[in-house]
Amino acid sequence: MSAALLVRVLRDPAVAAGLDPSGWNGLIAAAKAERLIGALAWRLDDAPAAVRPILEDAKRDAAREAQQALWEADRAALALAPLGLPVILLKGTAYAAAGLKAGQGRFIGDLDILVPRDAMAAVEQALIAAGWEWVKEDAYDDAYYRQWMHELPPLIHVERDRLIDVHHTVLPLTARQTPDAAAMIADALPIGDGLSILSAQDRIVHAATHMLADGDLQGGLRNLWDIHCLCMEGSEADEDFYLSLFEAAASHQLTAALWRALRLSHRLYGTPVKAYRTPITVDYKLRWSDRLFIARLLARDGWGRETRKLLVFAFYVRSHWLRMPPLMLARHLWTKWRKGHRPQ
Amino acid sequence: MRHHITLRIGPATFRIGSAWAQPIAELARLYAAYPDVRGAIADFTVRLQPTSLARRFVRPSIFITGDHGLADAAPMRLSHGLLAAEMGMNLQMALGWRRHLLLHASSVEKDGRVLVMTGESGSGKSTLAALLGERGWRFMGDEFALLDLETGAILPFPRLVSLKNRAIDVVAGEVGDARMGPLLRATAKGDIRHMLPRVDAVARMDQGAMPALLLFPRFGHDEDVRPVGQGEIFMRLTQASTNYVALGEPAFAALTRFVTGVPARAIDFPSGEAAIDLVDRLWAELA
Repeated sequence: MSAALLVRVLRDPAVAAGLDPSGWNGLIAAAKAERLIGALAWRLDDAPAAVRPILEDAKRDAAREAQQALWEADRAALALAPLGLPVILLKGTAYAAAGLKAGQGRFIGDLDILVPRDAMAAVEQALIAAGWEWVKEDAYDDAYYRQWMHELPPLIHVERDRLIDVHHTVLPLTARQTPDAAAMIADALPIGDGLSILSAQDRIVHAATHMLADGDLQGGLRNLWDIHCLCMEGSEADEDFYLSLFEAAASHQLTAALWRALRLSHRLYGTPVKAYRTPITVDYKLRWSDRLFIARLLARDGWGRETRKLLVFAFYVRSHWLRMPPLMLARHLWTKWRKGHRPQ
Repeated sequence: MRHHITLRIGPATFRIGSAWAQPIAELARLYAAYPDVRGAIADFTVRLQPTSLARRFVRPSIFITGDHGLADAAPMRLSHGLLAAEMGMNLQMALGWRRHLLLHASSVEKDGRVLVMTGESGSGKSTLAALLGERGWRFMGDEFALLDLETGAILPFPRLVSLKNRAIDVVAGEVGDARMGPLLRATAKGDIRHMLPRVDAVARMDQGAMPALLLFPRFGHDEDVRPVGQGEIFMRLTQASTNYVALGEPAFAALTRFVTGVPARAIDFPSGEAAIDLVDRLWAELA
């Protein structure tokens, strides 16, 4: 399992010193497949001559992506400025904009922003006026997004070819938990130029939610690395950081996702979590189901291929199960199937 | 993966894995004269994998992927496995190479200076480079010319030359069967046959040289030579580069230097022989 090797090296870069060329090939292929090659490049100070240019390229790509992402955020802020809203950056762009460790070498795809739900129509209009347009032509998808999702259907900028996801909360409306998006927005921290980021606690709650309460764990090792880096920074600044983290998670009904994320991150990346007896009881002993998550997260071989197909498929099903009541799920999957959609 | 091989071509090392033995065996035979890099750390991983579990055995169907993949890449049949491997290497370079500006161009060298030829597929640039490589020029590559961002030199990337349709007989007649790969019939681009570059081209694949002339060849027209404006050249080369945008400012600087420093012409020609005469003439005049 080369994903396990990747995790070991991210956790302790000294492990890399003992690798033979075939070990390096497996490590690099897994890191590229998990889109953690940039993070790996930032962790490894010393590598064989043949590896150094690969890592340099990864750093350069990440720097360019960050620059592009920040420009995109700047354009969105400009487009939304007349509305007088806080434009809250989420995920990679937020980490890059705030200069957080989680942003170092991070792959950044689309621009994700959070805005108040009652402003969605105005935001949509302002973005369209500024050159963004719809990606999805499909009427079913469009209606589904608008009725049930936590975001607008994705928009793409006509000139820059970059996607923006406009969220109004952090979980689909079909999910069983209902996070308090208004509180997240109220607690956001301005970082200048009309942009904000979530509070240190909400950033982690959001990342954990995105990974465990919503997703099928595609790219899970990278999401978990974000959580690890955010926790490192949060707990450095505040001794009782984890207490405030559980407090935030509880207010969003997301304790289960956060707790599991911390157990996994502690286990895999050695995140220095802190156990509590009072006022709440929190431990980080692995649950039996955590082992399934770990097996899923590490399902990547030395050629960068996804392994454990059945488990991967089970997590795909799980992601939908969490999101929708059974009847709705059946109808949704049937509609998508008829339109030719097949899970990977 | 069950079957694999590591190849180094110019500055890039590829680790190619396959679910089937045949493509790897063909690569091993055709790349036998290239440096032995068994067990090396590779810049890129290429994978030739079945499109589904069943398609490994029944009507085998190859999905080309690797570190960088295209989700909608068309699957290929096993008999075209060699082409799939070559396309896989191209794909990794096109999407992942960052150490030089990649120009979709062929290149040949004479007296320490490089002739670069670029144009769309079917323009004749591969055939022309292959023919020139047999007639006193050093073949440097037919798919990508690597432009060094700092020195402005062109570096070789001499993989197998991919010859299509009518070009196959023209070139095979010149180099002989020993240096030709298997004939791959009815691929997406018609018939394809690969040619092995000359031994000296492979032996000198780490030696770059400064560009002296840029041509935009076009096969199948009456002979003609036209000047091309620098703005037009710049635009065409950005379009012919897969990593121009990814490299950002250093690529802009390097390409500006290339465009302002290297004379360029568009040339039309009706046949290979006419093209070679024309190239020799322009080389004597301009380079």
